[in-house]
Amino acid sequence: MLRSSVGPDRRAAVRAATARGGRGPAAVTLSTAVITTMIAALAACGGVGSGGGGERSGGGASLTTMGFGLPDEIATVRVDAFKKANPGIALQINEGQFDEQAFLSAVAAGSPPDVVYLGRDRIGSYAARGAIQPLDGCVAEQDVPVGDFYPAAQQQVKYDGKWYGMPEFYNSIVLVVGDKAAKDAGVDPAEIDTSDWERLAELAEKMTRTEGGKIERFGFYPKLPEFLPLWAKANGADILSADGRTSRLDDPKAAEALAYAHRLVEAQGGWTKLKAFTDTFDYFGEGNPFVKDQIGAMLTEQFVVTAMAGTTPDVKITVLPFKDRQGNPVNNVGGNAWVVPKGAKNPDAACAWIKTMTAADTWIAAARARAAKRAQEGKAYTGTYTGNAKADEVIFSEIVKPSGKKPFDDAVKVIRSVQEAGFVVPQSAAAAAEFKKAWEDAATRVLQGEQQPADALERAHTEAQKAIDEATS
Amino acid sequence: MRRLRPETRWAYVFLLPWLIGLVVFQAGPMLASLVLSFTRYDLIGAPEFAGTANYARMLEDPRVSRAIGNTVVYTLLHVPLAIAFALALALVLNRVTGRAAGAFRTIFYLPSMTPYVAVGVLFLFLLNGQAGMVNQFLALFGIEGPQWTTDPDWILMGIVLMSLWNLGSTTIILFAALRNVPRELSEAAMIDGAGTWQRFRAVTLPMISSALFFVVIINTIASLQMFDQVYTMFFGNQVAQQSYGDAALFYVVYLFQQAFQFLHMGYASALAWVLFLVIAAITLVQVKVGNRLVYYEAEEHAG
Repeated sequence: MLRSSVGPDRRAAVRAATARGGRGPAAVTLSTAVITTMIAALAACGGVGSGGGGERSGGGASLTTMGFGLPDEIATVRVDAFKKANPGIALQINEGQFDEQAFLSAVAAGSPPDVVYLGRDRIGSYAARGAIQPLDGCVAEQDVPVGDFYPAAQQQVKYDGKWYGMPEFYNSIVLVVGDKAAKDAGVDPAEIDTSDWERLAELAEKMTRTEGGKIERFGFYPKLPEFLPLWAKANGADILSADGRTSRLDDPKAAEALAYAHRLVEAQGGWTKLKAFTDTFDYFGEGNPFVKDQIGAMLTEQFVVTAMAGTTPDVKITVLPFKDRQGNPVNNVGGNAWVVPKGAKNPDAACAWIKTMTAADTWIAAARARAAKRAQEGKAYTGTYTGNAKADEVIFSEIVKPSGKKPFDDAVKVIRSVQEAGFVVPQSAAAAAEFKKAWEDAATRVLQGEQQPADALERAHTEAQKAIDEATS
Repeated sequence: MRRLRPETRWAYVFLLPWLIGLVVFQAGPMLASLVLSFTRYDLIGAPEFAGTANYARMLEDPRVSRAIGNTVVYTLLHVPLAIAFALALALVLNRVTGRAAGAFRTIFYLPSMTPYVAVGVLFLFLLNGQAGMVNQFLALFGIEGPQWTTDPDWILMGIVLMSLWNLGSTTIILFAALRNVPRELSEAAMIDGAGTWQRFRAVTLPMISSALFFVVIINTIASLQMFDQVYTMFFGNQVAQQSYGDAALFYVVYLFQQAFQFLHMGYASALAWVLFLVIAAITLVQVKVGNRLVYYEAEEHAG
């Protein structure tokens, strides 16, 4: 989610990292020692956990999860379904966001949770390091209908030809337009087309409003650096080879896309001001930037739209597909997945859990519960976008009903229509974090005016390729 | 072997819990990290010996030089400014007498009670170039403030500004030293016709020089290890990590990224050890130089 903040564990680490105060020169070393301690304390656990991948343990079944919470009926209904089907398994849900340090130290110490909920883009890096185990056995033994998942979601949970996770949600990227901004610029919001880059740039400038050096409305927010893969794709470039081994960040088309997006930002007031402006937004509150007319149009994940259906159902927006320069929809999808760590005590129960949580029937039951709850509250139900195509079929044909709020009813259709255009950046082995950091930093350098797009991406390409080579050597 | 006297033996017994703690939680892990700094280690597999590769890599890593640059600039700006401000505050506090004195001392110390993470988040709001109070204040004087949180040329300045929020400890130490300056020295100077500045320069400053020296050292160390607030402001969540680049990359932040984001534990250990040695060296130089500048007899006078 956009608002994810510092997790409690990291906060503790942060606090520990800098011990300070009135100690004498003799204590010179203490704070450094604390940092080294953090590293070494984790290190000391190394090598213990060699429980092995396919270990099976019988009786007294229990199941511990990590990274998953129970915030709403979408979660609880599915958990209840699992409990009902598996009354013999003692379930322990450790609520809270996924915390990489906690996860890896648990794996290193040989006492990992049985099943972990995390972002799909991390799977390749953990699979390459052997921190999570392949699920091919699970898929075969328990007949998991993997064909039900969207192809892009399937691709993202596979590594080296093996299943390493099962996908949960399926987040699409769409273009959200503020109707007032479009009308102020003399354009029908429904007519906006992102395939014509020249006209889009003109429109962006027209929709921007500044007063006395202050940004009042950001005309078109291209959502860089985070959406660079999407912009590259819209210009016909993939930033990584399909096998995840070769960086394609030096593709001139990627540089062209970045240069264009940068030009957009410059023409609207410059990155430093616009970024400071967007830092003040609260996308999920009643004072979201569309209600406050602070955004003309922006690219965003669909959950920003569905959140608005709940918080500000009367907002005047138009949701459109983001189109590439040929006029075809382009959509960088993502979401979470369930994985089983190396050394998990009860992989069979974990498999049953994963199967239940991602099955079409379970999703449909959860969606029905959500629809009933929304109806009770007198609010529109705009659907649950699962990784399971079969479930979505039923959800959107039988459960989601027109709400009478045209912007959201139309939005549902648009989001559904771009799902099959979904693509993912391939899993880049153990260097996923470095690869991502390389292009994010490159785009940031361009936006900040430190480097030209082609130079920045060339440097990112060198950094990324070096990291990938080191990780795979 | 010489037999220990009973008191000495008991002293060791009472020291034992601390000694065990030191060995198990400080010295042990430090040694382990020294060993790790010569390996490739990603937390999951077993460490592989890598010789001095991690140290060699630091020399080639452009981010290391950027991080060192940022950290040094910050330290050079923060330490003098922090001590000047803290000294000014301490001098003001020293003037306040009567019942208000306690209240003022508490108020001056309060900012130090704020958790660093909270300070980081707070200043992200205050410094925001579009909606922050700092620029609103500057606008009162017709100044268009910079984009403190997003302009790479100003991010470091914003961090220095934030660091001046937290002067409580330094102020209290200097204030205590000022309280110890014997009044009769000042009075004698006054009788001899010395003005306010002369008395401050020739009497007060030498008398508190040992305390000043001490706060220079602890502030230098703290600056070189700057982490909490910066991490919270510019790296604390995923969106933040994507959008600020290297302008706020401090040495310890980079160390943390290498260790816990990229899982290069060996490299991070090497970074930690280099920082440790650099701080030890800087402190050694400061002590050598300080011995020539500090007037240690002040303590005897005060006593």
